[in-house]
Amino acid sequence: MQLYLPIADLPVNVFLVLAMGAAVGFVSGMFGIGGGFLMTPLLIFIGITPAVAVASVASHIAASSFSGALSYWRRRAIDPALASVLLCGGVTGTALGVWTFTQLRALGQLDLMIALSYVVLLTTVGSLMFSEGLRALMRTRRGAVPPRRTHNWIHGLPLKMRFKRSKIYLSVIPIVIVGIVIGFIGAIMGIGGGFILVPIMIYVLRVPTSTVIGTSMVLTLVTMLFATLLHAVTNHLVDAVLALILMVGGVTGAQFGARAGQKIRGEQLRLLLGLLILSVGVRFAIELVIRPEDLFTIRELGVSG
Amino acid sequence: MRTLLAALLVLLLGSIAHAERLIVSVSNHRVTVTPNYSGEELVLFGSVEKDATTPADRTAYDLVVTVMGPRADMVTRRKERTFGIWINTDYRQFLQVPSYLALFANRSFDVITSPEIARRQQIGLNNVLLTQRVSGDYADVVPNDAFRSAFIRLRTQRGLYREDASAVTFLTPTLFRTGIPLPAEVPIGTYEVEIKLFANGAFIGKTETAFEIVKVGFEQFVATTARQNGLIYGLVTAAMALMTGWMASIVFRKD
Repeated sequence: MQLYLPIADLPVNVFLVLAMGAAVGFVSGMFGIGGGFLMTPLLIFIGITPAVAVASVASHIAASSFSGALSYWRRRAIDPALASVLLCGGVTGTALGVWTFTQLRALGQLDLMIALSYVVLLTTVGSLMFSEGLRALMRTRRGAVPPRRTHNWIHGLPLKMRFKRSKIYLSVIPIVIVGIVIGFIGAIMGIGGGFILVPIMIYVLRVPTSTVIGTSMVLTLVTMLFATLLHAVTNHLVDAVLALILMVGGVTGAQFGARAGQKIRGEQLRLLLGLLILSVGVRFAIELVIRPEDLFTIRELGVSG
Repeated sequence: MRTLLAALLVLLLGSIAHAERLIVSVSNHRVTVTPNYSGEELVLFGSVEKDATTPADRTAYDLVVTVMGPRADMVTRRKERTFGIWINTDYRQFLQVPSYLALFANRSFDVITSPEIARRQQIGLNNVLLTQRVSGDYADVVPNDAFRSAFIRLRTQRGLYREDASAVTFLTPTLFRTGIPLPAEVPIGTYEVEIKLFANGAFIGKTETAFEIVKVGFEQFVATTARQNGLIYGLVTAAMALMTGWMASIVFRKD
């Protein structure tokens, strides 16, 4: 069934998009991530311009992270204090990100920046996660106990605050900075950033695993809602019809993914996720290096008359 | 089709001829694009009317039909290899160029008329005026300019620019018709149709008509709202995201 997307200005097959939403939802439910880093490239792949893809995926991630955040809230697995400090940074970062997005678009370098950010971020995070997963897998094979590091320099920073539910005592500076970074890259790349945020919170900020996913979902939810709003106001690029199809597919797929994820061990899960992220990054890298089919592109600057 | 022909004939009989005149009509003056619109073809009908002043030896006519969609500014960018990756480096801005452009004739353009007249009358994609902004100046460039030809090639690939020197058919020596194909992603707005008449290589007259393409339905409503009320549109989309997420958490609640 063909459906005309009003903003993307493109007819698409509803079932194809629905299936894509479900597939990405499955993966995101399995690994407990938003899945934006998979969804945006897929949309670009079926012919939607990177700008519209990034802007529309933001609302899709907002939907899936809201359903996630609700269930974590019921389980009291969200630290409200930590979430609000993260949000201070997150909202600032998103605003900066959308502003940069608009500037790059005017310069004609947006597509390049999106591709470059994907290459850099995904290959880095992917290989880190993959190697970490491998090491963890080896350790469990050998039956060794994972080494536990003590406090690092981040815990020496001023402006400390007590986060009761997470049971940590931490400076707000690194938390706000993390929020800004995630909000910024999220708005430019059309990703929630959960796959970066969760490792940072665990390894750098030492947030206990009990509250880490729920709290990161709150940040994702608010930054993505804000990004949707800003993209709609400044660039008019959010395709609500596309977003709705993705949301419906995504939230359904996520439920099945979550069930599948419980059957796989943590280390294997990390290894798989690392591999997945790495391969998306490599795909973008290849695209940049090989000679494009057509060296020319046209962009319409709005029809008048 | 038949009623159209009949209407046309009535029109022909009723008109007062005082020179060679062109009478044309399109099959539909208002094309509506619905959500499942997948392209359409309009038909243009017309007739060449002779009168007493027409030279007796003038029997064969040639026609060139130009269809121009709403005008827009467009930017063409060129990628170049920089530091091993392909980056948009150079660009040209095309000012107020037609978003849809079709040129139809009954035989090839170079047979119909001389290159000089073809250039003046903008016959053929190579001769249509496409104004570019070149370092502060406004001008069209030579037809083989890299940006100009890439622009035409890309628009042609999308079916938005076309040139067909056999699309116009003469049903009788004076009665003609041509199809105007409109692809699925046709831009909305007013389309101007110019019909130019040639005889023995000379330009002897022209007439104009127009049709309109409008989008209707939910899609158009969404597109207009997004452009005109960005804030409300954004808020509604955000609310929609929250609703979907909330519903999912209720539907799939485990306890």
